Amino acid sequence: MDRTVSKYRRYFIVLAMLIAASLVSRFAVTARRPVAAVPAASPLPSDAASIPTTSVAVPSEPVAAESAAPFPESAQQICGCASPPTVLTNENGPDANAVDFHSEATNATDPGVELAGQISPGAMRFENEIRPIFVDHCYRCHGPHSQEAGIRFDRRESIFVASASGVIPVVPGDPDASSVMARLTAADPHIRMPQDADPLPERQIAVLRQWISDGAEWPADLKHWAFRKPSLAPPPGRHDQAWCRNGIDQFVLAKLDAEGLRPAAEADLATLARRLSLDLTGLPPTPAEVDEFVADTGPDAYEQFVDRLLASPHYGEKWAMRWLDLARYADTNGFEMDDARTMWLYRDWVIDALNQDMSFDQFTLEQLAGDLIPHATSEQIVATGFMRNSAVAPDISQHRFEMLVDRVNTLGTTWLGLTLSCAQCHDHKFDPVSQRDFYQLYAIFNSTVDECEGVKYKGKQISARSQLNDLSGEALVMSDRKEPLVTHLKIRGAFDADGEVVDVGVLNSIYPPRDRIKNRISLACWLIDEDNPLTARVTMNRIWESIFGGGIVRTSEDFGLRGERPSHPELLDWLAVEFRRREWSMKAMVRLIVTSATYRQTSRVSEESYKSDPENRLLGRGARFRVDAELVRDIALTASGLLSRKLGGPSVFPEQPEGTTEKQEFGVFHWKQDIGEDRYRRGLYTHWKRAAPYPSFVIFDAPGRMVACSRRIRSSNPLQALTILNDPVFFEAAVHLGRRMLVEGGDSARNRIERGFRLCVSRIPAESELDLLEKLYHDECVRFEANPAAAATQLGGENVISEHTGISVSEWAASSTLANVLLNLDETITKE
Amino acid sequence: MRSGQSNIPDLLKRSAFLSRSGIGMGAAALASLLNGNLAQASPRPEEESKNSSQKVAVAGGTPHFAPRAKQIIFLFMAGGPSQLDLFDYKPALNALDGKTVDPKEIGDQRFAQIRPRNRYMTPRLLASPYKFKQHGESGAYVSELLPHLSGVVDEITFIKSMHTDPKLIDHPFAQLMLTTGTQIEGRPSLGAWLSYGLGSENENLPAFIALLSNLFPRGGPGILGSGFLPSMHQGVPLRSEGDPILFLSNPNGMSSEVRRRTVDAVNSMNAIHQRLVGDPEISSRIAAYEMACRMQTSAPELVDLSSEPRHILELYGAEPGKTSFANNCLLARRLIEQGVRMVQLVDLDWDHHGDTQKRDMMKALPLQCQSVDRAVAGLLRDLRQRSLLDQTLVVWAAEFGRTPVRENRGAAQFIGRDHHPFAATFWMAGGGVRQGMTYGATDELGFQATENPMHIHDLQATILHLMGLDHERLTYRFQGREHRLTDVEGRVVQELFA
Repeated sequence: MDRTVSKYRRYFIVLAMLIAASLVSRFAVTARRPVAAVPAASPLPSDAASIPTTSVAVPSEPVAAESAAPFPESAQQICGCASPPTVLTNENGPDANAVDFHSEATNATDPGVELAGQISPGAMRFENEIRPIFVDHCYRCHGPHSQEAGIRFDRRESIFVASASGVIPVVPGDPDASSVMARLTAADPHIRMPQDADPLPERQIAVLRQWISDGAEWPADLKHWAFRKPSLAPPPGRHDQAWCRNGIDQFVLAKLDAEGLRPAAEADLATLARRLSLDLTGLPPTPAEVDEFVADTGPDAYEQFVDRLLASPHYGEKWAMRWLDLARYADTNGFEMDDARTMWLYRDWVIDALNQDMSFDQFTLEQLAGDLIPHATSEQIVATGFMRNSAVAPDISQHRFEMLVDRVNTLGTTWLGLTLSCAQCHDHKFDPVSQRDFYQLYAIFNSTVDECEGVKYKGKQISARSQLNDLSGEALVMSDRKEPLVTHLKIRGAFDADGEVVDVGVLNSIYPPRDRIKNRISLACWLIDEDNPLTARVTMNRIWESIFGGGIVRTSEDFGLRGERPSHPELLDWLAVEFRRREWSMKAMVRLIVTSATYRQTSRVSEESYKSDPENRLLGRGARFRVDAELVRDIALTASGLLSRKLGGPSVFPEQPEGTTEKQEFGVFHWKQDIGEDRYRRGLYTHWKRAAPYPSFVIFDAPGRMVACSRRIRSSNPLQALTILNDPVFFEAAVHLGRRMLVEGGDSARNRIERGFRLCVSRIPAESELDLLEKLYHDECVRFEANPAAAATQLGGENVISEHTGISVSEWAASSTLANVLLNLDETITKE
Repeated sequence: MRSGQSNIPDLLKRSAFLSRSGIGMGAAALASLLNGNLAQASPRPEEESKNSSQKVAVAGGTPHFAPRAKQIIFLFMAGGPSQLDLFDYKPALNALDGKTVDPKEIGDQRFAQIRPRNRYMTPRLLASPYKFKQHGESGAYVSELLPHLSGVVDEITFIKSMHTDPKLIDHPFAQLMLTTGTQIEGRPSLGAWLSYGLGSENENLPAFIALLSNLFPRGGPGILGSGFLPSMHQGVPLRSEGDPILFLSNPNGMSSEVRRRTVDAVNSMNAIHQRLVGDPEISSRIAAYEMACRMQTSAPELVDLSSEPRHILELYGAEPGKTSFANNCLLARRLIEQGVRMVQLVDLDWDHHGDTQKRDMMKALPLQCQSVDRAVAGLLRDLRQRSLLDQTLVVWAAEFGRTPVRENRGAAQFIGRDHHPFAATFWMAGGGVRQGMTYGATDELGFQATENPMHIHDLQATILHLMGLDHERLTYRFQGREHRLTDVEGRVVQELFA
């Protein structure tokens, strides 16, 4: 009965989708991707408007991959349309976003969807203030995993009744009668809770006491915020505020207002040009681009600038970097031998998909199950390299297990923002993920054909052509076994300790799948299902994190009970809902964020404001942080004019210190340095050797790419200083930047310095800055005039000099010293 | 809505002090980057890690309790020295030499090379070909291969019951277990945890320095890694050729005076900019440049052993200008004098399988012992005479021990032993450890650690404890859970403490 209903429901949805889509094509209302023109020949089925032109026969079993022709290929078709395409309003004007929200058919009456307003203040209080205390301090012994003395703080029925020892943990309205208060405040460390840990901070004890005094409200069936479907609450009504440019700003302003704060002023135009350019393409703008932007006084100059950057092929390169961290993309197998592998086609696929603004549901489906899509294209098969990126050890017998575990963990980190790894050995102590759940997911990957046939590393390879550069190559990809293997739960996570047999499945307790889980296709459909509370939130949070330096949930890898709470929960929900409403368009969401007033604020801050919010959690100013490792390199190469803008292709071998990959007992690899333009490619194309990653990247906190990495740390250390000061790669950039300063800067010292300054940080230097730099420049000119040999040496010898005649060698050397200073400025490697 | 450029000159007037000295900012900012000062300003480790990443430098900077040792020299004898030929004297083996071992006795244990059920490789017990004698007041047994070390046994506590996970029979995984507490790559190493937990005592040098004889061992650079901790905590290998620290030398043609001027210019510009934008992160950057400059001066001096007097060079058997373990031992002392928190020495090739002459227990092992014996004994004596041994913990460790049975790959020509995760002898000296003691024991043939078995995690917990850190509280949140060096295990072996 149920199945019939759900079948009809799917038919209905597909029909509705077709109607909606044809409306889009007929009356539209511009493209859904105003920013990214999708090439006509795109093989990527990403455009909703193309749906009606394909005569889709309603599949008899839409979920099944092997269903009837003509073959469904988009995520919406294959998954039975879990994300309703909604007609978009025109958003050409800068204020369109702010205006269009309420005109939306974001139907708040959809059953099962909670409005933020439906959660009572008591529930909010419990969730925001009380539960975190329980989770952090009590769950370890009194939680879902362990219930000492029969008490558990994850169930409301447990703490209001007498425990095994006869005391009542919490007596509503009476903190003094509540045993929990006595135990938390006991002087005797043997009695005091939590045991074997520091006592709770006074403030938390006071919060608990007050909560109990007020009646200890614990609403029934209150799910953890991240496991509820995102709320459809509209942005707080602040349309009249001149400051707000779109919905984001209304949320941000409401929060600032509540704290009695005001947003910061808008950043100056040169800063915005550089900020946008770095955020969207990872490259600094040229001085000409900055000048043009500053001079353009048209009403939509800003948006046009944004759209140009979004359409740049460098957009895909910039946004691929962090995705490749999640995909733990590398060019070697890892572990002892660390042999090279060919995976660059997958890397190019990611860049290409991002540039074409492939919708995130499609992006998900193809990477997890592209090979199972009927009549899969070779690009779709290459996409499945995502999971095949796992490190592979030479010792297969135990490693197959660890590799599959890695895939489950990667899935959890990337789409769900959950730390599934805990459940490898035991039921998750905090989140509703059982060990059984873990092995159900494991079972899905256990049915893939593997590298591990025999002792030899032998993967299924596919030849394909890169969309970016017409080069052919091979890549490791996924495919399923004819007969799936039986999966056993592994007792205590040990690879050789088989427990009960488990079938394929997903995390039912987070939310149950619509249809029976069968394979990677249904797994992908479950992830992008409109009822999945996590995928859209986690993805939006990560996009936000890339732009603002920290997520709305700062633990972007953990949305579970132990993760941090969102600073702006309603904003995150709104973004998640918008993301789906805009058909999972990442570019549309990036555009929405960077055109907000919130984004456009200056990052300059007074000491007072800084102290009141050091980490800018309230978003009362712009973000300022050092760029990622690869971009440190890209910026220097761009400023010097050395950067090759070639897209994609096999990984490259730029200069690195001798012995980096050779100084190992095993797995020795001769780094054959590239010559010509491949020495100057963008950082993300550098051959990523897991056992010995490119030294300057490691120094700037690039991850090891052994496991999925959701967020990079940012440290500041002396090795970084030595790198930009002395790494021959960076000094070569200084020599060429020095030359550019002479050639492009004109005859006066100040103009030359200003030119170099602008090539690095975009803005015009202050007089005081110029004074300081000019003095150094003159001293260096004098020094090198007196010692031409030193000048030649610093520039790299006669060969370098003879390539560039017509400039004074002593001036060139002096300006290379200056360029070395400029490349080392904090501002140069920082997005402001 | 567009705002113009801010008025930079105005802001500059307010920061007049900056223009007086190019490096005026450095010293002040430095205080916030390095050791104690930052530590006091930063939250407790637990909160810090929960608050995550953005500005993490060191966790506490102060120990959890009074430390017994301030610094540590970790002698990593990669490959797995044979405890049965160096320290763990088994007279019973002499009587049974050449006797076959029933495969049933070995059970399902896998070995790296030995195949108990292969009739050509039937394991036979192997007596040590070397003579053992008791030494010192403690009467510790040491074989004739280590005559110099035999002279300092009363400084040493031997742990004869070391063991690691049974499945760790290959070097890479076992080495990662020893150094990072897990066989998984990408986790912070002991030195990184110490740097994170305690900070540095020297503003001119990194807190964690590694001295490799030449190559990385098979565990790879991960054995020094900072894993998910900020990269400032990773072990910095002092390179024996070229720059002692990566990118330490100025570009060709740039003198140190010019470098100083350029760094002054960078820092002055950064300071000017900081007044404008107000971001305290810029102070960290300024401090990092100051430290980089000082490293440029101090590191080359430090690695230059020619300033050491002749008798000291002889004590270690060191020869300036050479790449040797002896030089590294002397260098380790110099680094300890400079306040470096942890110096990790790596000596390769302790992998005497007996399959080739290079790995023969008769031909290669004595030479290998010779290359470290005098140096290690010299190190202990030198630290003692400089009153550094009480504050410096010296640890001799390896990824595993070796089997009491012979491996037959080398036919009759060579002899050797296979990897053995069940028993190994490590030792400790100085830094709050009891002197002249033996802890734990193996069975009479040396197969299993039978008395007071001590796992690698116990060693790690114990080392952290000696350094003033609670291994259960020194945590960092990553991928949604608190990680620690000892994972979910680890017992502090108090019996070893003085």
